[in-house]
Amino acid sequence: MHTLLEVESISKKFGDLSANVNITFSVSEGEILAVLGENGAGKTTLMNIIFGHYLPDSGSIKFKGSHIPFGNTKESINLGIGMVHQHFTLAENLSVLENIAIGNQSLLGLSIDFKKIEKKIINISDEFGLSVDPHAIVSDLSIGEKQRIEIIKTLYGDCKLVILDEPTASLTPQEVDQLFLIIKSMVKAGLGVIIISHKLDEILRISDRIIVLRNGELTGSMEKTNFNKTILAEMIVGKKIVRPIKKEGRKKEKLINIRALNVSPNIGSPMGLSDINFELFGGEIHGIAGVSGNGQRTFAEFLAGHIWPDSGDIFVSGNHVNKFTPEEFMNLGIAYIPEDRNSDGVVGELSILENGILTETRNPMIANQFGFLNRKRSKDFVSEICERNDVRFQSLNQPARLLSGGNIQKLLIGRWLKRNPQIIVACQPTRGLDEGAIASVQSLLLTERDRGRAVLFITEDLDELLLVSDVVSVMFDGKLIGPYPSEELEKREIGLMMTGGDVL
Amino acid sequence: MRLESRESYSPFLSIVAPFAAIIFSLFCAFILLFIAGAPPLESFFHLLKGAFGSPNALAETGARATPLILTGLAAGIAFRAKFWNIGAEGQLYAGALAATFFGTGLIQLPQFLMIPFLFLVGGVAGALVILPLVILRQLYKVDEVVTTLLMNFIILLFVSYLLEGPMKDPMSLGWPQGSPVIDNGVLPQILERTRLHFGFLIAILAALSLWIVLSRTSFGFKIKAVGHNTSATFHAGIPVFRTVLIVACLSGAMAGFAGITETAGLKGYLTLDLSPGFGYTGIAVAMLAALNPIGIIFSALFLAMIYVGADSMSRAVNVPTYLADVVVAITVLSVLVSLILINYKIQIGKLRF
Amino acid sequence: MIVEFLELFINAGFWAATIRIACPLLLATLGELICERAGVLNLGIEGIMTAGAMVGWTAVYLGADLSSGIICAAFIGAMFGLIHAGFTVHLGASQHVTGIGITLLASSISYFAFRLILPTSTTPPKIQAFEQVSIPFFSDIPFLGPVFFQQTIFTYLAFLTVPIVIWFLNRSPFGLAVKMAGENPMALEAQGIDVLRVRTIAVMLGSSLMAVGGAYLTMSAFNAFYFGMINGRGWIAVALVIFAAWKPERAILGALLFAGLDAYQVRAQQLAGAIVPYQFFLMLPFLLSIAAMVFAAKSTRYPKALLVPFRRGERH
Repeated sequence: MHTLLEVESISKKFGDLSANVNITFSVSEGEILAVLGENGAGKTTLMNIIFGHYLPDSGSIKFKGSHIPFGNTKESINLGIGMVHQHFTLAENLSVLENIAIGNQSLLGLSIDFKKIEKKIINISDEFGLSVDPHAIVSDLSIGEKQRIEIIKTLYGDCKLVILDEPTASLTPQEVDQLFLIIKSMVKAGLGVIIISHKLDEILRISDRIIVLRNGELTGSMEKTNFNKTILAEMIVGKKIVRPIKKEGRKKEKLINIRALNVSPNIGSPMGLSDINFELFGGEIHGIAGVSGNGQRTFAEFLAGHIWPDSGDIFVSGNHVNKFTPEEFMNLGIAYIPEDRNSDGVVGELSILENGILTETRNPMIANQFGFLNRKRSKDFVSEICERNDVRFQSLNQPARLLSGGNIQKLLIGRWLKRNPQIIVACQPTRGLDEGAIASVQSLLLTERDRGRAVLFITEDLDELLLVSDVVSVMFDGKLIGPYPSEELEKREIGLMMTGGDVL
Repeated sequence: MRLESRESYSPFLSIVAPFAAIIFSLFCAFILLFIAGAPPLESFFHLLKGAFGSPNALAETGARATPLILTGLAAGIAFRAKFWNIGAEGQLYAGALAATFFGTGLIQLPQFLMIPFLFLVGGVAGALVILPLVILRQLYKVDEVVTTLLMNFIILLFVSYLLEGPMKDPMSLGWPQGSPVIDNGVLPQILERTRLHFGFLIAILAALSLWIVLSRTSFGFKIKAVGHNTSATFHAGIPVFRTVLIVACLSGAMAGFAGITETAGLKGYLTLDLSPGFGYTGIAVAMLAALNPIGIIFSALFLAMIYVGADSMSRAVNVPTYLADVVVAITVLSVLVSLILINYKIQIGKLRF
Repeated sequence: MIVEFLELFINAGFWAATIRIACPLLLATLGELICERAGVLNLGIEGIMTAGAMVGWTAVYLGADLSSGIICAAFIGAMFGLIHAGFTVHLGASQHVTGIGITLLASSISYFAFRLILPTSTTPPKIQAFEQVSIPFFSDIPFLGPVFFQQTIFTYLAFLTVPIVIWFLNRSPFGLAVKMAGENPMALEAQGIDVLRVRTIAVMLGSSLMAVGGAYLTMSAFNAFYFGMINGRGWIAVALVIFAAWKPERAILGALLFAGLDAYQVRAQQLAGAIVPYQFFLMLPFLLSIAAMVFAAKSTRYPKALLVPFRRGERH
């Protein structure tokens, strides 16, 4: 086997943060190398350097024995490096064919030979088992299909090394199986594959060799023959993470009761909701699983008062709700932790102090009757949030965008908990956080449940879903299936329901 | 070329940046003077003399700054909430129309009531013009930049119709102009025999009040939050619609005030050339001051100086007065660059800024 | 009375005027459309049209031939486009403020330069502009002849631009890249194509079309340069792009509709001038523009990356 890629002492800093420190590794033809590490360990940065999106501060990279120039994606592609990004790089309004054609075309040409390109796409999909319709418009396709187009896109340019960045992140267990078959057929054809993930179990199944990154540093590597889950887990996290333990739950009174709810699709939430019946109890965590885009987010936004329903009744703590504004739902005691904390949660340019009081502009403690803000009390208020929820910062006046994801999330959750909500709607609250922060967010939610609050917990991570929830429902195509008690479910069954299959 | 976000905020840069922008635009003016065949240094001397050389020149600069402070505030407060009101020109004329409608005899009040009353109706008129546009933007996402711009043309045509028809001053000897504002409504002069009038103080008062609102109150805080991240602000339960609505109306009212200072203060009656683009220059005023109301007073004075000075410079060395407009335009663009330099490091090849 | 108003529609002069008036709008709309398809809102349009009108006229006034005049206008447009792209594409500055700044800059520099060239003239001199060209045989067809086949070469060129832009966006590789830059710039970046360069070139191309649209006014319509002669046509073009749902084939419809309205109002004024003041007729295009924007606002077909700057190598 020939060595394909040799990465030598690559380092990269973003401001004061070291994303990659002195990293050296190599990949051979016909080999699947897994890069493991938790969120924020520097895996994606490293791959972006290899592919040419980012410039490294120092180090060198050789491909098939010769140095590659940095910061030049075009050159990397020409040499035979392909990358499937975690966030798909497809133009949604164009066809599959057009998306693939653009990279293999002189921009100064007068026409595009679509016939030829289509033929080659069909050849590639036959060879690797990637079925797609070349004439479909991308926006009509499922996540699995979009991923297959991304793979075809990389294979189209005769690539020798394929980098897959978190390819399993939003796939169901069944789709993961399919993807792994495709990867196997790619190595059989002699390609080298780098797969990035933070999911240990999957990686053990597929890879030949594993390297582990932590805080930007390479902390170890392991051959297939020596795979050892416990040692790997330790390499990933460094210290032992205390997983939150779910105590016996005590279900209390019904806090939310939704009857025959219908919501039609709109620009903000393209998937509507149809005929939802739902109950949420105090002292209970109700998990909702689903492939993203099946209406979970719409449901969460409805419960935050962002959407007027077409029909249906909603009762919160026994009161019939007929006004659907965020203010109203806040007053009913609902706290909403949005999916995208950077665009919907925190105002990055404002200070931590200002973000901490954003929900409190009607609080007489913070703003007096003439509307003047009380700086002293605001400061005390936010200091307390940060202290109680372990938000680490340098100064309350620093812009919130400089906080890490985990600290932003703790600040946001802390801000809402300060309002003493009865119901917490959490939409993917742990996405993109490191293991330590994930554990603390999960235990925050479990504590609130033990205090008798109701928690609605939406996630795509099925391990986490089963770990935290008392009952589980599945959202598919705008409809809610369930609930089922979480201890009676298995991941594969949830996976089937997520794609519309019948299990129970 | 690559941009990299600065991890820390540099107060030094944010003070230096607008001055660098001013110096750059004056440098461009220098080159244009050279191209125009005028002696640049002598021309600058004439410019400064025209703006500061005599009590009368100073008063003239203050009088020119008055509407600029107000249109600057109109742009400044709206831009803070990322509501791009480019319609201050039209809103100014709406205010001036209100002054002509109510202030030329329809309502008679003693002076201490008449002047506040005129500002009230002028402000309301400015706000009313913007109201449908802000609602269209919030409900249907209709781009306010284009609608406010289009509205300028509509209002100007409407004013033209009124001045040639129903509101034409019968004593105007055929000129399309409005009747004069009644004596009790005229803003008194601050300095005898100059054109500097009471409106200047009102503009400064407006700037100070807005500064307090923006920096000390929860409403000012909401505006800032909406401007930086509407979605997160909405998620935090702040009524975004209402906030933007009030901001837009305040912005329209400021421009409407400028219409009052020009009709009831400077000219005494409404004409079609009441404003030589004060609404557009207000954008430059606000940008140069980084949208800070106190800063707007100074940037308005600076640009007023350029305009007043350019008039006498143009007479002395025979250079088109449009030079002042060029300087204003370059100021807008160079302030934009300096704002980016405050927030980002720029790397071109091996060079870093 | 009503019959008289309707009779205007069967007047060949009315239709020929509609075609003529549509040209600058059409060119400007197509220019703006190309910029926006690449993800850049170009509010410099009003000023760039002014600059194009001034430069095209001046070039001919100073002795250049007509086609060189058009080329000069296109060049100056591309230069202002380059400044716009430098700010918005490379530095990521606010597209709104940059556009207004470019409009202020381009129009004030044009006026400044015009006054330098003609310091004191009160009535702007005219140039020998494009003349009507009758296309043999076709121009003799009754009604259709005078409407379609007795126009200036500039007019034929303006309408020829439409199929070229349609071909450019739908068939050419660079047009495909432009559409991707406006939809998801990462899709280009991931395939090794320089997003910033694609956007820059698109803005320059679009801006040169706008400038040529301005030049039409001085070189094929009024034959002289006046202050404030663009008179909001640029802003109307911005509204027309929205009305056209970012499709060039619909832009031609919008431009003809507005031009028809304009041509009609001039004629209707003569009939109704005594009853309805002319200012209300002049307001119509602006009111209709706002109405068109409201009408088209529900469309979700806008380029998804419009107004969103793209920064290479920035952490997401």
